[in-house]
Amino acid sequence: MDFSFSDEQSLLKDSVERFIQNDYAFEARQKLVKNEPGFSAANWKTFAELGWLGVPFAEADGGFGGGPIETMLIMEQFGRGLVVEPFVPTVVLVGGMLRTAGNRAQKEKYLSHIVDGTVQGAFAFAEPQGRFNLADITTAAVKTESGYVLNGHKAVVINGPSADLLVISARTSGQQRARSGITLFIVDKGAAGLTRRDYPTVDALRASEVHLQNVTVPKSAVLGKVGKGIDVIEQAVDEATLAIGAEAVGCMEVLYKATVEYCKTRVQFGQPIGKFQVLQHRMVDMFMEYEQSKSLMFMAAMRLAEGYGPEAQKAVSAFKVQVGKSGRFVGQQAVQLHGGMGMTEELSIGHYFKRLTMIDTMFGNVDHHLKRFGAL
Amino acid sequence: MDLKLRKADLEFQAEVRAFIDRHWPSHMRSDEYVFDASPANPAVRQWFDALAARGWSVPSWPVEVGGTGWSPTQHYIWDRETARANCPQMSPFGARMLAPVLYTWGTKEQQAQHLGPIREARVQWCQGYSEPGAGSDLAALQTRAVRDGDHYVVNGSKTWTSGAHRADWMFCLVRTDARAAKKQQGISFILIDMKTPGIEVHPILILGDQHHVNSVTLTDVRVPVANRIGEENDGWTYAKGLLTHERTGIAGVARSQVQVAQLKRIAAETSLGSLRLIDDPSFKRKIDEVEIELMALEVTELRTLASVEQGGAPGPESSILKIRGTEISQRLSDLTIEAYGYYGLPYPQQRLIDNEGPIGPELAVGALKEMLFGRASSIFGGSNEIQKNIISKAVLGL
Repeated sequence: MDFSFSDEQSLLKDSVERFIQNDYAFEARQKLVKNEPGFSAANWKTFAELGWLGVPFAEADGGFGGGPIETMLIMEQFGRGLVVEPFVPTVVLVGGMLRTAGNRAQKEKYLSHIVDGTVQGAFAFAEPQGRFNLADITTAAVKTESGYVLNGHKAVVINGPSADLLVISARTSGQQRARSGITLFIVDKGAAGLTRRDYPTVDALRASEVHLQNVTVPKSAVLGKVGKGIDVIEQAVDEATLAIGAEAVGCMEVLYKATVEYCKTRVQFGQPIGKFQVLQHRMVDMFMEYEQSKSLMFMAAMRLAEGYGPEAQKAVSAFKVQVGKSGRFVGQQAVQLHGGMGMTEELSIGHYFKRLTMIDTMFGNVDHHLKRFGAL
Repeated sequence: MDLKLRKADLEFQAEVRAFIDRHWPSHMRSDEYVFDASPANPAVRQWFDALAARGWSVPSWPVEVGGTGWSPTQHYIWDRETARANCPQMSPFGARMLAPVLYTWGTKEQQAQHLGPIREARVQWCQGYSEPGAGSDLAALQTRAVRDGDHYVVNGSKTWTSGAHRADWMFCLVRTDARAAKKQQGISFILIDMKTPGIEVHPILILGDQHHVNSVTLTDVRVPVANRIGEENDGWTYAKGLLTHERTGIAGVARSQVQVAQLKRIAAETSLGSLRLIDDPSFKRKIDEVEIELMALEVTELRTLASVEQGGAPGPESSILKIRGTEISQRLSDLTIEAYGYYGLPYPQQRLIDNEGPIGPELAVGALKEMLFGRASSIFGGSNEIQKNIISKAVLGL
């Protein structure tokens, strides 16, 4: 048993932490999200230069040979800074699926450009009727002589507006919710018949509804094995769940600490409100929720690092349940204890709360992951 | 960063399992086996003797006084394996609570007299702390000890004294200076032989007619000054120092894991219409939720152990172990009773078993007893509210 980080991991953590502290001021972030594309291209370039965009990929693919633990370290710091650059869609999801299922040509064509920051991705997996079921897919891919024709509607595709390439899950066979018969396709954003309706999310990210009308793709666009996409999707989504969960842990740390500091200075009834026991115990509860989430974050990362399977899936779902509950509690109580100030757009507190609320929904909420945990 | 046990740890685990196989009868290893855990029970006596002979009876003590020098990981393995095998636990009062005070602040004579019998589980101790007017506010205690030559004359009353009716000795906080500026000052830590004249033990029956705790009145009890630990009026320091020794095992993770397995088994054996209780989504959800909390707590405890193993002090996460540990075990007890349905009602045990056999599932009564007694876990040893006060002050700086 070992809870320490290697030297490389500590260096990585320190470098992301320094960037967040020195170069990612909340006010600057607020300016970014008010304009398109909703993040900073310069920051993205910096991520590439610092090597972060290549962290989870093999050295042979131009990456740095890291894994879930490195992703966790980066994302925890991103959570503290409320980072909006699309690391999860591009690197963890699209990059992750290319890593596990991409053929040599696909890796050469796309991974190297994800690593150097010139290509961004988005994973179009959800559908309006599917809720959190990754296999509930009506988007159809019909085989032709030269490839496939895609028709359907993919919902709330995070980073859709900026993605140069989309990975789309579609049904090549089977019934609507069957696990078999799902195939992944790599589709260029400019493909004929692909239209987007772009919009911001409540926590200032960008997303799209993606409509596919007779979009033709060549055979070479198939990512992984035909009809076997669900395994690739599940692993990528579990890795991304760890990533946004770690982000939530970073958010919770900022919130409970900021709340403690605020309550030490805010004076009412002639004393700092942090002297009131009812608030002290609330903050202790916030602290405990944060620590318990952090513990399951370590567990999920370590299980994923051991190898992908039921143990890892179970740990990820346990973590997501914890993060969903804890994140809501910490976020809501941070707003509550900041009083009116917590309600303002000006203060960062409410923005962390919004991010935590989003994270609970993303990739399945508490109920979804509790059921999955129980079934595993 | 990984959760794997190292080769040496796996070897240790095998050694522990072999030891249990040899010294703890297999029919007693099931969590369904309910037994008298006092050393008066011959099987328990044999287990403690085997532990003492192997040098494993008091693992957390320093090696010089009979401890093991185990790494925190080894302690974790020990706790887990002995909980799984339903092994008897040594009473915490002597081994975990008094002993650290003795080997840290006691005289050579005091150590020579008391440490051996505690190590061998031959002497039972009780803790004379709480008083009718001093519960969470322990420093408000008023039991007086007045010097008379080589003795203190002690007058007062202690309450909630666990095991006083079986104890040979009591370690006790008494007021030796009533005029001290702060109430924490003027308290001394003394050891009292329970056979001394003037001590009366009265049972206090707690919920479910269970006899664990007592009130103890002390009337002109003469205690040799040689039985005082450390300096006069410094007792609070020693009592407080004792708290820092309670690190591993305080969360009760291993025991709660056994309880989860038991609960799942009961729910799988209980029918619910044409299904089993465990197939009921709302009941299953409750089990899953507490299991996730327990998984988190296990890692929190491991993180604490890891930081201690690397020579550091336990991190702030260690302070939540008692709060969450007791919340989880209480929740598991609730769910166990819930699983029994109507047979979670009959009580007490002695009225339910006669020549016709037990009424309802045999384990239900024990579970009910445990649920009732378990309510105390968030009260004793510093209530969970007091624990939150401590975290608020020591960790959050409020």
